Amino acid sequence: MLNQNPFTHDRADPAPAAPRIRDARADDMAAVEEIDSRITGLAKPDYWADAFARYGRRDDRWFLVAETGGRVIGFIVGERRAWEFGSPPCGWIFAIGVAPDCRLAGVGSQLFEAICERMRAGGVETVRTMLALDDALNMAFFRSQGMMGGSFIQLEMPLDAGTGR
Amino acid sequence: MKLQKATLFALFSVLELARDPERQMSAAEIADIYGISVNHLAKVLRDLGRAGLVEAVRGVGGGYRFCGNARRTSLYDVIDLFGDIVTDASEMPGPAGETDIARALGRVLTEIDEIAVATLKSISLATLLKSLPRPERRLAATH
Repeated sequence: MLNQNPFTHDRADPAPAAPRIRDARADDMAAVEEIDSRITGLAKPDYWADAFARYGRRDDRWFLVAETGGRVIGFIVGERRAWEFGSPPCGWIFAIGVAPDCRLAGVGSQLFEAICERMRAGGVETVRTMLALDDALNMAFFRSQGMMGGSFIQLEMPLDAGTGR
Repeated sequence: MKLQKATLFALFSVLELARDPERQMSAAEIADIYGISVNHLAKVLRDLGRAGLVEAVRGVGGGYRFCGNARRTSLYDVIDLFGDIVTDASEMPGPAGETDIARALGRVLTEIDEIAVATLKSISLATLLKSLPRPERRLAATH
């Protein structure tokens, strides 16, 4: 419909949050879980406690948060993996979240740059992620950081009815 | 995926103008860069104007300039204005559509469509412009 105008400008960007990016601590998990539950609509406290145990302050694993004014406003989690699916060592980002009221201020970009810098320092040359096809928000974010379709494709099938297996 | 001429011209002109929203360009100038029909492009620019992506600037030195939001407008948004996204590839015409082979082929075509649409929706005009090699971006600024 060419007589409609869906391309209006954003609301005014909020003032830059100027967050500090640092390694996550165990006591950040409540804030991380709160951000995640606001975004996904699902509360997963056990998952985040376990994620911190597995990824917090470990070699080749990074769990970072963005903090401003004593408040955690974003997080990113990733790790270095090697040779799965025949892939040479590479970095994987498998979770990122920014509090909805702190978006459009570059927080996600700072988290992304910070984890890439740590991966680079750890010898990683390529960073990957995987997204749902309908996850337009995150796909646009990662595209805006320069990520593109890679050399792998994800396949799947249900193991219940209809496959004959 | 092959785009119709009008859709391709729309992408060319929107991206060319979005490179520098302050810059005004005539349809003839854009047509000259891309070697395309100025008459056809003029119609496309009018459609883009009605959609609120470009605006006509009247007077001496007038032309068109970008007035949308490059960060919030995806390639899909532009393509969709011209109805050039086929999302019913799984529907085979005629009696063939009732066959198991046609339905299986349709599922493959749907899978391809879904990936194409997701990709086009994820790339904003700003992201695409950011991906241009730096020398080309500098050249563009001198037009």
